[in-house]
Amino acid sequence: MTKLLEWLLGVSLVGVAWGLVTFDLLDLQLPAAYKEVAWPMPVYLLVVFGCYSLATIGYRVATFNDCEEAAKELQAQIQEAKDDLKKKGLKM
Amino acid sequence: MAGSRGGKRNREEADKYSVLLPTYNERENLPLIVWLLVKYFGESGYNYEIIVIDDGSPDGTLQIAEQLQKIYGDDKIVLRPRAKKLGLGTAYIHGIKHATGNFIIIMDADLSHHPKFIPEFIKKQKEGGYDLVSGTRYRGDGGVYGWDLRRKLISRGANFVTQVLLRPGASDLTGSFRLYKKDVLERLVERCVSKGYVFQMEMIVRARQLGYTIGEVPISFVDRVYGESKLGGNEIVSFLKGLLTLFATT
Repeated sequence: MTKLLEWLLGVSLVGVAWGLVTFDLLDLQLPAAYKEVAWPMPVYLLVVFGCYSLATIGYRVATFNDCEEAAKELQAQIQEAKDDLKKKGLKM
Repeated sequence: MAGSRGGKRNREEADKYSVLLPTYNERENLPLIVWLLVKYFGESGYNYEIIVIDDGSPDGTLQIAEQLQKIYGDDKIVLRPRAKKLGLGTAYIHGIKHATGNFIIIMDADLSHHPKFIPEFIKKQKEGGYDLVSGTRYRGDGGVYGWDLRRKLISRGANFVTQVLLRPGASDLTGSFRLYKKDVLERLVERCVSKGYVFQMEMIVRARQLGYTIGEVPISFVDRVYGESKLGGNEIVSFLKGLLTLFATT
């Protein structure tokens, strides 16, 4: 199954469950509280996911390592390499 | 103890690592990356070769490569040039055909990938018997140098979307610093159809599909090409298109 199909399946299942509870499609006579909670769930979950996404991306950007040491080391090694290659006869 | 160490050495020497270096106008960087590769492979004792796949660079990259061949030997520096710029996927195929190693290392030739990580890749691969080892900028002490906030934001944002949509089981999908078992790389390149960043992503996704195991090693990515807008609107759009294609087809 492709990821797209997995998502469609997942969304459908959740959608059906939500529809069943919110609109009482199976005539289950659930307490009113269930319907009240279920009704705004899709929007609520989207908002929660949105916040989670922003927080996660923000955190990851803030903690994205800056490799100062690596850059310095590379610069030094580039010089070393150029000197050594010149000795070995490379004409650059 | 000494006896078992001798045995281990023999097994290590049976493994050979072919580094594929597709180049286009890398006249300045090629000698430097080769020098670093020779240094770190030499220190590690592993058997290796460097396959330079130059796509008809007008700046004389091939001539520099020939000089390097004279210095280091044509068993260590293998030249397999092509007539013109033909793309990364075909460069890999071309390189694999001529590789005498049982492992292939792919990396950028512009010094953004540092050969000092290769012994770590090899160690990781041996630890877990992984089919492929991917360098990651996003975990452990992996990171970048020379990226402004915008670039970091786009990079992390894109990676997040990719993780949510594809759940690939690897943290850095667009990275191109990797170690593959040769037959694994062969099979994957056959199956991949995308280009650019998405090609590297597709390789990982297909690897998972085929049940290959993936190890990760944190790497530092040193971006020396300042001022060049490598992440413009066009690239982002084509990335998203490629991502959605992978989402819908894998």
